[in-house]
Amino acid sequence: MAERFDLIVLGSGPGGYVAAIRAAQLGMKAAVVEREALGGICLNWGCIPTKALLRSSEVHHLLQHAGDYGFEIGDITFDLARIVKRSRQVASQLSAGVKHLMKKNKITVVEGEGRLLGKGRLAVTRNDTTVELEAPHIIIATGARARTLPGLEPNGTSIITYREAMVPKTLPKRLLVVGSGAIGMEFASFYAQMGSKVTVVEALDRILPVEDEDISAFALKAFTRQGLKFHTAANLKRLSPEGTGVVAEIEAGGQSHRIEADQAILAVGIVGNVENIGLEALGVKVERSHIVVDEFSRTGVPGLYAIGDVTGPPWLAHKASHEGVVCVEKIAGVAGVHPLDTGNIPGCTYCLPQIASVGLTEAKARAAGHEVKVGRFPYLGNGKAIALGEPEGLVKTVFDAKTGALLGAHMIGAEVTEQIQGYAIARTLETTEAELMATVFPHPTLSETMHEAVLDAYGRAIHI
Amino acid sequence: MATQILMPALSPTMTEGTLTKWLVKEGDVIKAGDVIAEIETDKATMEVEAVDEGILSRILVPGGTENVAVNTPIGLITEEGEAASSAAAPAPKAVATPAAPQAAVAPAAPAASPAAVSAPPVSHGERVFATPLARRIARDKGLDLAQVQGSGPHGRIVKADVEAARPQAPAAAVPSGRTGAAVITPPVPSTPFAPGSAEFTAIPNDGMRRTVARRLSEAKATIPHYYLTVDCEIDNLLAMRKTLNEQVGGGTKISVNDMIVKALALALVKVPAANASWTDEAILRYAHADIAVAVAVEGGLITPIVRAAEVKGLATIAGETRDLAERARSRKLKPEEYQGGTFTVSNLGMFGVRQFAAVINPPHGGILAIGAGEQRPVVKNGALAVATVMTVTLSADHRVIDGAVGAGLLAAFKRLIEEPLTMLL
Ligand SMILES: Cc1cc2nc3c(=O)[nH]c(=O)nc-3n(C[C@H](O)[C@H](O)[C@H](O)COP(=O)(O)OP(=O)(O)OC[C@H]3O[C@@H](n4cnc5c(N)ncnc54)[C@H](O)[C@@H]3O)c2cc1C
Repeated sequence: MAERFDLIVLGSGPGGYVAAIRAAQLGMKAAVVEREALGGICLNWGCIPTKALLRSSEVHHLLQHAGDYGFEIGDITFDLARIVKRSRQVASQLSAGVKHLMKKNKITVVEGEGRLLGKGRLAVTRNDTTVELEAPHIIIATGARARTLPGLEPNGTSIITYREAMVPKTLPKRLLVVGSGAIGMEFASFYAQMGSKVTVVEALDRILPVEDEDISAFALKAFTRQGLKFHTAANLKRLSPEGTGVVAEIEAGGQSHRIEADQAILAVGIVGNVENIGLEALGVKVERSHIVVDEFSRTGVPGLYAIGDVTGPPWLAHKASHEGVVCVEKIAGVAGVHPLDTGNIPGCTYCLPQIASVGLTEAKARAAGHEVKVGRFPYLGNGKAIALGEPEGLVKTVFDAKTGALLGAHMIGAEVTEQIQGYAIARTLETTEAELMATVFPHPTLSETMHEAVLDAYGRAIHI
Repeated sequence: MATQILMPALSPTMTEGTLTKWLVKEGDVIKAGDVIAEIETDKATMEVEAVDEGILSRILVPGGTENVAVNTPIGLITEEGEAASSAAAPAPKAVATPAAPQAAVAPAAPAASPAAVSAPPVSHGERVFATPLARRIARDKGLDLAQVQGSGPHGRIVKADVEAARPQAPAAAVPSGRTGAAVITPPVPSTPFAPGSAEFTAIPNDGMRRTVARRLSEAKATIPHYYLTVDCEIDNLLAMRKTLNEQVGGGTKISVNDMIVKALALALVKVPAANASWTDEAILRYAHADIAVAVAVEGGLITPIVRAAEVKGLATIAGETRDLAERARSRKLKPEEYQGGTFTVSNLGMFGVRQFAAVINPPHGGILAIGAGEQRPVVKNGALAVATVMTVTLSADHRVIDGAVGAGLLAAFKRLIEEPLTMLL
């Protein structure tokens, strides 16, 4: 006899477990199916453990600059194993936290590999035993994994993806990072701060290609000053293990380069986990390894939904969670449910300096036909940034010249990932430049740069 | 926290309406989606659904209240478990605002003072919730936010709402997009008011009556009407109709009016310059002939629209018209079913009226008034003969349709009516 639920979620990442909690809050009997650790990539192999690692590299950076703040410290040494251990402990603490949340909300956790048997039916297999579950609503939240390119298969030792990069046993002397998106740049930043000589190869003509061009350019300068090397508009011809390391051949700027490194991290995008879960038999539409859904995460098969990374970009934990909430509320018939506005999803990269943005880049705003007003304000003009010893940063705002709508905001510098939510709220509330100008930002804070960048768009910045 | 239930705008043109009756009582538990009240707008009776859930703790505007301005708080919802008495506290505005003209609460009293009946609508004293961006876009577009229905949290007006809304025309000279209510009546002479002497019964003007009055006054005062009349022989048409209806058997019978709708739509395609509206900036020439058909209902007239009638078959037109007319009579039409349109047909033939000139129904460029089909002597090839003749009169807006264009439209119409087989071409 199959056990019956009101809602089953396949996958317990930030999409899946949040959807299950919201369902429980709305009075549904919910189950979550998970084959690995609760919390998905985000808690176990993504957002959280990388942030723990990056915190260590930030501490390292501060220690190295301790002299600037009046401290005399001798040789700085570190134990990579302990850094990694801390990161793993943080991950397991949070995964245990999710387990507790499931219990508290009376959500059934079914461990094992899930597979759709038909409409409203799911089989979960673990160690050769299979149980069957039934529910009128099933949400697919199976997430995604690292993309590999033909001829660029990881071997787990010298050519690796984020999973191995997160648990290094030794520090590579020379590291090659393929791809300069958020994941690539976070690892590049971590390893560089810890002492590796890092080279980044990017196929497009600038690093962090989804960010505003000014931010990409600023980041390129900042990282280059730190000693990182970049090849943009680069064509990776070959990447192969050689001895204990790797050799890459690239073509960039009309020239061929040979790069030798001890290790290479592949960070060239991700693909959805759409295989072997029974999608084909139900006729679910899958395009370029992602499940196609409408604005309420419906797949087109009645009662079957998909959320999070498996539905495509932006591949972000908070997008997955928010989609989960909207999807469940729509199922429950909560009044006034609005689809997620993807233009209001902030994106953050936790490298050093940090990068954060929401909305349209200047180029995209212009391409969309907006007449724009652009404001810029450097951290150099901000008292708190100077006091902190963090004068490297830039805040940029893009407004619609006609309506005063904040089309986009782009930040690089210390703690920008904690600040971007201010602009996200502004966008969600549909404020114009007038309310942002009228808002009193506390002094001295880094957030004053956000105010100044708004003022600057209208030629009114004070400290520049 | 108590949530206010606001008087909804059921159509973009609605500024006020009658709260006919509440379907729930104070203290009732309501769920989102429950039908809680009925509202009569200028053209239809609509059901109001709850957006929030909780307990209806207070009715602020009693059932039967007229002239309730859009966005007036009409009731309060508190969350379950919350003391009902706390409901009043967070909403002093709602209580303080003159929610409804009190005099109008007793519509049945024949002696109700006429002054009270015609009291001006409640001014928009209460706060309209809108995002700053929505406010700015509305201001730039010249849009009155009180006319816009919000889709944001708690009914807040957001950017998408004002972008979708169209500016309201201050005068009929600028057709307000195509949201115009389609209402035609022969002008009614207004009875001079004789207080004291003559005996009278005051019939309170409902939303529909006020709309009829306002729009027709505006139309007649601002549109330069001119009139063209032509006789059409309809024996062929009647014969074809008979044949068709014999074929149809049990289905909806095709009426002469359905054939007129079709012929007018095809004539408008042949003379596209006549299928147009006036605006100050430009003449809007429409891609389809959306024919509004006047239907008499109790207390007024309403003109549901047969969209793109030029591409529809007679059976479809007949079916649609009958369905629309039935729902118009029970005031169950949706706003989109009677708003817009490009041209009107008004038929008083069934009352034996031989010929009349109708008032244009903005934003339409013209209206075709249909008289009775009757046997009349006609001269054919120099000899007297009998034919069934129908006289039609076109009222046209001279700003859009010049005389020759109007004549061309009538000629095309006459040809289609007299040789109805050409409708197949
Ligand atoms: C290195 C790295 C750093 C990142 N940093 C950030 C960041 O800073 N901020 C951010 O917002 N995002 C970050 N992300 C992205 C973020 O991790 C994802 O967007 C997020 O985890 C997506 O959530 P999800 O619920 O869609 O899927 P996932 O978190 O991938 O969860 C899917 C779950 O489903 C399970 N599953 C899959 N198939 C089955 C099956 N058949 N049966 C049972 N279980 C199954 C998987 O085991 C997994 O636990 C990062 C990603 C990586 C790789």
